[in-house]
Amino acid sequence: MAERLPVRKTYKLYVGGKFPRSESGRTYEAEGANVALASRKDVRDAVRAARKAAPGWAAQTAYNRGQVLYRVAEMLEARAADLAALCDGQDEVEQAIDRVVWYAGWSDKLAQVLGSTNPVAGPYFDFTIPEPTGVVAVLAPDEPPLLGLLTRLAPVLVGGNTAVVVASEARPLAAIELAEVLATSDVPGGVVNLLTGRRAELAPVLAGHMDVNAIDLAGADGDAGELERLAAENVKRVVHGRADAESLYEIAAFLELKTVWHPIGV
Amino acid sequence: MTDLQRRQDRSPVPSSFDYAPAPEARDIVRLESRYGLYVGGEWLEPRSGEYQPSISPATEEPLAEVAYGGAEDVDLAVTAARDAYENGWSGLRPAERAKYLFRIARILQERSRELAVLESLDGGKPIRESRDVDVPLAAAHFFYYAGWADKLEYAFPNRSPRPIGVAGQIIPWNFPLLMLAWKIAPALAAGNTVVLKPAETTPLTALLFCDVLRQAELPPGVVNIVTGDGRAGAELVKHEGVDKIAFTGSTEVGKAIQRELAGSGKKLTLELGGKAANIIFDDAALDQAVEGIVNGIYFNQGHVCCAGSRLFVQESIYEPVIAKLKRRLGTLRVGDPLDKNTDVGAINSKMQLERIQELVEAGKEEGAEIYQPPCQLPEKGYWFAPTVFTNVAQSYRIAQEEIFGPVLSVLTFRTPDEAVEKANNTPYGLSAGVWTEKGSRILWMAQQLRAGVVWANTYNRFDPTSPFGGYKESGFGREGGLHGLDPYLRFDASEVKGG
Repeated sequence: MAERLPVRKTYKLYVGGKFPRSESGRTYEAEGANVALASRKDVRDAVRAARKAAPGWAAQTAYNRGQVLYRVAEMLEARAADLAALCDGQDEVEQAIDRVVWYAGWSDKLAQVLGSTNPVAGPYFDFTIPEPTGVVAVLAPDEPPLLGLLTRLAPVLVGGNTAVVVASEARPLAAIELAEVLATSDVPGGVVNLLTGRRAELAPVLAGHMDVNAIDLAGADGDAGELERLAAENVKRVVHGRADAESLYEIAAFLELKTVWHPIGV
Repeated sequence: MTDLQRRQDRSPVPSSFDYAPAPEARDIVRLESRYGLYVGGEWLEPRSGEYQPSISPATEEPLAEVAYGGAEDVDLAVTAARDAYENGWSGLRPAERAKYLFRIARILQERSRELAVLESLDGGKPIRESRDVDVPLAAAHFFYYAGWADKLEYAFPNRSPRPIGVAGQIIPWNFPLLMLAWKIAPALAAGNTVVLKPAETTPLTALLFCDVLRQAELPPGVVNIVTGDGRAGAELVKHEGVDKIAFTGSTEVGKAIQRELAGSGKKLTLELGGKAANIIFDDAALDQAVEGIVNGIYFNQGHVCCAGSRLFVQESIYEPVIAKLKRRLGTLRVGDPLDKNTDVGAINSKMQLERIQELVEAGKEEGAEIYQPPCQLPEKGYWFAPTVFTNVAQSYRIAQEEIFGPVLSVLTFRTPDEAVEKANNTPYGLSAGVWTEKGSRILWMAQQLRAGVVWANTYNRFDPTSPFGGYKESGFGREGGLHGLDPYLRFDASEVKGG
């Protein structure tokens, strides 16, 4: 008999900076643990939290957003061993950390590469700047559970969006561990909301939600077509994200472009 | 002379002062009695066998019979476009592609009078606008994108741009030739071929454009024009040989297209409806602002997706602004689109007129106060007097729904925050206007407004270098500028570092 019984963790959702159980009281068993089985209502709560956090996160300076994301990488590094046990190992964790650092560095550069000044024929200073799309739903890829999720989440965040993420259904523990990292790394509550549960139950609610501006279908199974159909209801931006992509244009997929005509005169 | 007399009869003149009629001669336009479909560089009889007249909305006179393409016709056009793409156009040296586009721009300039007259005849818009805005901008778009054709590598750092293939493009009736230019110029510059469906009520300038293409000696099949109604558009959207759809039109149809394309992997851009806020602060130059309000909503009879249809006036200046606006409305000349003095032309179609009438009735019923200047509308044709609604609540249909007519809803605000809150309170997000003498406020407002285009101390201004497109339910993708190339390109995966 062991000398001491270990204290187990209860795996919960991450919504609005807090760790609630599913309002439904349901759980499912995954990776040997009881994991919250989020409901439609949990999805709606998460979207509400993301919407509430959106103006504040979008209004942060680019420098600040970059530092917050870099801080996420620092916290990931500190918990690398715990995370490695929940994903495919140390390699995956290291790649995930490096990817977050790579994206963090884009925060105060993306507008310089993606924006423009436009030489219009008239007395106007005319410029185009990227802005966050708003609330983004992310269906995280099943594999790899940590790197895949962060690969999709980092470009969403660095552009100034807030996110509602549905974790890998079969391997949700790395995602929940990540939520604990986020909660302790200066990411304001509500900027990332993380749900665990049945993707087939949650994804259509997100795809059809009228207050979600974009959806990343990286983790969609056979139902991408149906989710796209639902997304048309409010002209959502639909992104077919790849689990291994690392590009400025992954960020651009979650940005709007605003053109301003400012008068010139004396 | 008799022609002149007749035209004078249908020109309503505000009671206060007279203008001599100044009609633009229409004999510069030579219309065929009947037009087929422009496919593979040739005119084809439609397999559908269907023709319908295109009428002048100012007189209801039929101008020409136009083919209404069906499924078979769309298929022929897509096949022609595919053939041109694979056997020539995509392999052409980009610098040569550029020169074709430069040629088209030049020919549009050379034939500008003819195109402007036909645009006003077929669509009902004042000749002043088609002459000074639509046609010159259409030419400028081709000229601008021509130069991009052999410089695409410079536009997207660390990417390898390639054409997509065959683009299916569906355009609206409010700026027929200009929307054609917005669609075709970037598509061809990027190396694609095109099947374009003009709007049902305004096909004639697109058909005249085919003659421009003949003069430019554009290879056959690079541009194909299939006229018709929504059925032809639907066939184009669902055709498997089309790699990309670009649509400008209503949000309702845009959503249907997005649904239809779900799961298909086709690229899509949508430029949809709007209900733009035009916001006047108390420090604005009021006379200039009133001109901007008028230009914002009565330009092109309000048939403008980015029209400033919701006017927000700061409370302290509400009365003088409304008084000035009403006075200015009295000087707007509504009537013959071909008259060079005309400010507001004909409503584009009977259907659109009925839609405007229905919403205006709803506005009255909901309790808004209507003002229309005294003006005598012609008996024949489709007309609607410039209209202002005051006493409008945000919940009224006239403050929520896109009217797409010369109808302005006036609301008020006290603080900048309140203006932002109200302006953003719509599912749309295409454009907005801000009027103030304070530069920092312009930029602050521009930051807060959830809209793709923000005009400060001006409105309804367009330029080929300036990206245009919506937030939220006003669509996605940009037209114009460097960003307008993106929807017509695909990119190698090589830029993506594998994880």
